[in-house]
Formats: sequence, C-alpha cells, structure tokens
Amino acid sequence: MPSNSKPIPLNSPAFEFKSGIVTTPVLNLFSADINVITHQLNEKIKQAPDFFTNSSLLIDLQALLEQELDIPLLVDAIRNAGMFPIGIRGGTKEQQQAANTLMLPGISAHSSSTHKPHTTENQVSRLPPVAEDTEKAVTTNIETTVIAQPIRSGQRIYAKGDLVIIAQVSSGAEIMAEGNIHVYGTLRGRALAGIPDNANARIFCSDLQAELVSIAGNYRVSEDIIEPERNAPVQIYLSKQAIIIQNT
Amino acid sequence: MARIIVVTSGKGGVGKTTTSAAIAMGLAKKGHKTAVIDFDVGLRNLDLILGCERRVVYDFVNVINDEATLNQALIKDKRCKDLFILPASQTRDKDALTKEGVGKVLDELAKTFKYIVCDSPAGIERGANLAMYFADDAFVITNPEVSSVRDSDRMLGILASKSRRAENGDEPIKEYLLLSRYDPKRVKLGEMLSVEDVQDILSLHLLGVIPESPSVLNASNSGTPVILDEESNAGQAYKDIVARYLGEDVPHRFIDEEKKGLFGRLFRS
Repeated sequence: MPSNSKPIPLNSPAFEFKSGIVTTPVLNLFSADINVITHQLNEKIKQAPDFFTNSSLLIDLQALLEQELDIPLLVDAIRNAGMFPIGIRGGTKEQQQAANTLMLPGISAHSSSTHKPHTTENQVSRLPPVAEDTEKAVTTNIETTVIAQPIRSGQRIYAKGDLVIIAQVSSGAEIMAEGNIHVYGTLRGRALAGIPDNANARIFCSDLQAELVSIAGNYRVSEDIIEPERNAPVQIYLSKQAIIIQNT
Repeated sequence: MARIIVVTSGKGGVGKTTTSAAIAMGLAKKGHKTAVIDFDVGLRNLDLILGCERRVVYDFVNVINDEATLNQALIKDKRCKDLFILPASQTRDKDALTKEGVGKVLDELAKTFKYIVCDSPAGIERGANLAMYFADDAFVITNPEVSSVRDSDRMLGILASKSRRAENGDEPIKEYLLLSRYDPKRVKLGEMLSVEDVQDILSLHLLGVIPESPSVLNASNSGTPVILDEESNAGQAYKDIVARYLGEDVPHRFIDEEKKGLFGRLFRS
C-alpha cells in the first residue's frame, strides 16, 4: 500500500492552533462619507489593481473618533471595489456590533504608530507593547527630546525621536525612544531604543548599570550585562538581531 | 509666607512620624509658629509621638467636612507654645481626604503659621499624594537599605510630577534627603549602604543623618519628640537638621564611627 494513503490514526492531531502574524493592508478612514470613500477607493485601486484586487483588508475607524458611519454600506463598497474586509478596528460599540453581524471580527485597537506587529520567530526575545499611560515627554519636534532632571523609579519617558538625558536614570524607571537614547549619567533603569522596529537605533550611556537594554524589541537583562561593559561608558547596538554592548 | 513641608518616604517604618514630630518641635523651639498635620487617616500615630493623644477631640477630617473649626481641632503643645498639632481621624480612611478639603485647611493654616509640616502616610496612594501635593519642601526619609532607597526614588519622581507646583509649572518642590537609622559600624562591615551610596543613587542634597538610637523608641513610647532628648545622638541630629534647613551652616555628624575620621570624610569630595 502506498504510504500516502495510510489512514491517519484518530488520536493523532489533525490541526493545531498557533498565533501567527500576517501583514494586511489597513484602511485608515478619515472621512465617514460613504460616497467620498467609495469614489477615492475606486480611484486608488485603479492605480494598482493587481495589488488591491482580492486582497484582505482591515478597516480602521480609530481616526474617525466615533463619528457615525454605516458599516454595512462601507463593507459593501469595499467588496464591490474587489477587496475582502477581514475585520474592524476602533469605532463605537454599535459599529463593532454591526461588523460582527457581517461576520467581521473586532480587532483590538492600539495606536499603530507605536506598536507595529513584530515577527514571531523572535518572540522569545521581544517585549510587550508599551502601556498607554506612558508619560510622554513634551516634544515640539520629533527630532530630539532633552531632559535634564533625574528620571526616578517608576517614571516612564517616551520620545518620538531621539532621547537625551543629562542626568541619571534610576532603577525602576523606563526610558523609551523611537530613535537613539543617550544617557549622560548612570543608567540604572530600563532603556528601550528603536521602538518598535528601528534596528539602527543605538543606546549610549556614560555608566551602564541598566536593568534592561533593548533595541527594536531585542533585549538583554541586567544579569547578562557583566564586566567590563558594566559600570562603564558604552554604546549598544544591534547586529544580526543580537545586542552588542561595546565599551567606548 | 507659610512654608509647607512634607515628610515622606514611600516605604513604611523608616521614621516619617518620628521625623515630623522632631522637626516640627525643632522649628517651634526656634520660635517659628509651626503646625504639624497627621495625614495618616485611619492609622493615627502622630498624637502618640507628640504625647497629646488624650487631648484629641476633633480631627483633620472633621475640619475638612466643616464639622469643626480649625481652632477647635488644633491641639496646642504643652512644652512649646509655638507648636500645634492637627491629628488624623482614626475612624475614617484616606478617602475622607479631598484635594479641595486639604487645600482649604492648608490655606487657613497658612494665614497664621510660619511652617506647616505634613506627616505623610506610607505608600503612594491618596493619603501620601495629598500630603505632598501642596508642599513647598520635601523631607525624604530613607533608611540605608536598597528597598527604602528605591521607594524614596519613586517618591521623588511623584514629587517632581504630581504636585501642585509641578502642575502649575512653578519652581519645583525643594527636596532634602534625611538618612535615618544609620549605623556607621554596619556600614563599615558592608552590611548597610553608606551615605555616599545613597546619595549616588538618589543624587539629592543631604540635610542630615540620623543615627540608629535606642532613644528614638524611648521617645516614642513616652510621647516626647526625640529632639527634646538633647543627650541622645538622634536628638542632636534632628537639631542639626532643623538648623541646616533654616540656613545655618552646621557640619554633618554621625556619619562616621569615630570622631577623628569625621572631617576627613566631610571634606574629601
């Protein structure tokens, strides 16, 4: 008997559930006017029909700030344009319910600018997304945030660009930046640079005693930071998904 | 202009109430009209330390709720005419405190008092937050051990971000470090963090070191603020602290085991 027709024993698993991450276009809506959306959507698809036709699509209502929107009409319009909506993110309870009746699941909403999905193979060494209550440092431009006060235990700083701290960062504090981090003082807390996936970001500090350092989600904890890098001025960067700490 | 001082630490049992009682008495003894408020609603202690527990009629919460006037609730100290105590309520909890209520009481006290000392409860919840919210100066009490230091650091972060001064964008709260229960012998043996260690972690101006002393417990038990025990090291340390806070130039003591090493240590850095 050929091996491929052997009956599979009933007790062997026929499937498994795994969490996977797929990339899909997201339709960020800025207008709640179905006519405008339909018109512009068709225009857009005309430009690259191969890309859009039969593609899955996530509808994101977060930017609409709970404006009224007829979900069945919107879904029809998207389907007529040749795309398959696979879920809805944001919006009001009613809009979520309307989507559910159309068999579209609600996808948990988060700010897409700070939390991009990351790939599964590195999940072990990746960090949970940043909590929403982060004290955002005041920035007038997204170039560089400079802070001259000590960052105390329990404080969290988030910078859209580079973050420069001209003081110490206490243990139990957390500093995060989408760009590079510079600490001209003792770094005892956690420093996370290149959030969420800027692998080119670096951390510079004049005295490394950190609890954790992370670049683009790859991290190293205090236990693995040893002499001669510990208690020394260093730069930290990413090379082939590995954290490299180098004395400066 | 009244000056509001919060005595805080984050961690419990490090000496906040002892310190509040001592410095309030110290300031009053120097002739400044001083009020000391117990913010530890539900766990009233300050009245015991100050030895006025038998005279408590109305309390802080009564004043906030307009059930008593401030003058009815304030207890005048028998040893020093310039010291007044506003006790906490033992039967209520911290939710009885409101920002408006506390602000109102402090405003009224500020009309007649030079210094208002707020004895903060432990923790970083409502009571502690309200005790520090209106402060001008903060006395951060730390024991020379890591958990206390970390909690103080957390408290410093809250002082810098959640106070009235921070919210209004005024000049930040002035923070002073008080290191209590310090034992130079154990520091020498490496069993305790040194003054330098703590200052390195907290980077804060050191107002004084209070040595570990049996007189603190005796003082608490007898209801006499330890600052009145002029024989004891702890009493002298608090006296120095009050003097330094008032701008006098008093050299640090009790940092080293023996006197001969004192000046070397002091002038080293």
